Amino acid sequence: MNRVVFTGIGVTAPNGLGVEDFWAATLAGRSGIGPVRRFDATRYPARLAGEVPGFEAGEHLPSRLLSQTDHMTRLALVAADWALADAGVNPAELPEYGMGVITASSSGGFEFGQRELQNLWSKGGSHVSAYQSFAWFYAVNTGQISIRNGMRGPSGVLVTDQAGGLDAVANARRQIRKGIDLVVSGGVDGSICPWGWVAHMSTGRLSAVDDPDRAYLPFDADATGHVAGEGGAILVMEDEDAARRRGVERSYGELAGYAATMDPRPGGGEPGLRRAAELAIADAGLTPGDVDVVFADAAGVPELDRVEAEAITAVFGPRGVPVTAPKTMTGRLFSGAAPLDVAVALLSIRDGVIPPTINVNPAPGYGIDLVTGAPRHTRPRTALVLARGSGGFNAAVVVRATFPEGGPA
Amino acid sequence: MTRPDMTIEALKRILREGAGADEGVDLDADILDVEFAELGYDSLAMLETASRIEREYGIKLEDETTAAARTPRALLAVVNSR
Repeated sequence: MNRVVFTGIGVTAPNGLGVEDFWAATLAGRSGIGPVRRFDATRYPARLAGEVPGFEAGEHLPSRLLSQTDHMTRLALVAADWALADAGVNPAELPEYGMGVITASSSGGFEFGQRELQNLWSKGGSHVSAYQSFAWFYAVNTGQISIRNGMRGPSGVLVTDQAGGLDAVANARRQIRKGIDLVVSGGVDGSICPWGWVAHMSTGRLSAVDDPDRAYLPFDADATGHVAGEGGAILVMEDEDAARRRGVERSYGELAGYAATMDPRPGGGEPGLRRAAELAIADAGLTPGDVDVVFADAAGVPELDRVEAEAITAVFGPRGVPVTAPKTMTGRLFSGAAPLDVAVALLSIRDGVIPPTINVNPAPGYGIDLVTGAPRHTRPRTALVLARGSGGFNAAVVVRATFPEGGPA
Repeated sequence: MTRPDMTIEALKRILREGAGADEGVDLDADILDVEFAELGYDSLAMLETASRIEREYGIKLEDETTAAARTPRALLAVVNSR
């Protein structure tokens, strides 16, 4: 079976617009979390967010697309443009049915949807945009990326909350193994608007802390929930031979393993995260000892942090592998979070360095080796990325260097 | 009471407001006889455009009528016959 490799990355994140901006910020421990600016959140219980700074959609997209897209779709379209450019892909030169689009979504275009619903009840049905028909919709990013780039191959959307980003790249791998040359995957998310905010509040997991450095502290004794953010990563994935045929000499790495599990009903036994991690490592044909770094889901909720720490120590032993959570700099990005973690894992492999978890003072009881303070230069070649979605979803992927041992980085 | 005829300039404004303008399309050029499809406007864009014309001019445009008007000149003729 051919390897499925990552050849392009596009990032729109709260702490950086574009891969290199974001990566520099991530290594420097620069956070993008601050007071909500997209709407007046002062009277809501959660008032911080990770918002993408300096994004002027009109600089990147034609007004034809602006009239029909939510903010998060604009971020996704631009991330896709950047990922394709990074991969050196001009979609017009490739067979349209040989390219698919499979992204993750958690909520759809809520800001757009809220505006049109307000038009409906305040002015009447004739004032609702015709584009409400799809702009709010889960599959909208997949559809818009597909249309903009003329990609008519197998396409879809995975909706499993924050686990969805891993389910999406795994689904992309499945399509590529079935014979599709290239899939645009990953996810970009965001619903920082009153309607989206109320939905986030309903989980009871949003931190009410107002200090950006104290609000989202996974694995810390002071953990009080998470900060919601927007953004994510779009990833170009290809059959390795197909990528070579079009002249790609070096990829970021391989999607080597994947697994997804469901939690049992509450009180019904061990949560499924450990099993997802073990199955993903086995799917990669590896053993836990081969894994050089774990990117944690990092819920920031004490009970969920404990479950994750127990899963990690069950698989790797106490302090058996470096663990990090760069999402402490962005907040949780829902379906955008795990693709961004995959991007970080690939950049970590490229540059031989593990970025830090910021602001966290690890609670000793968890028994994990959390990378805090400064990046760790350990030349990782194999990374495990974990993600959990509200409702019992667990997913894990293993990404691996494609260059030979002792090669770059 | 008579209302003023809809001009091509008013139509261009409504197109821009409702559906935007595509890359590589110059709406300021003479587009009276250029098909909407060629200008990058699909059926949904025309639906949105028709809905805005209805609101602004207080008329009712049937979907089939709008769909049959394939150019700005044809659409203006329909609107100004109401």
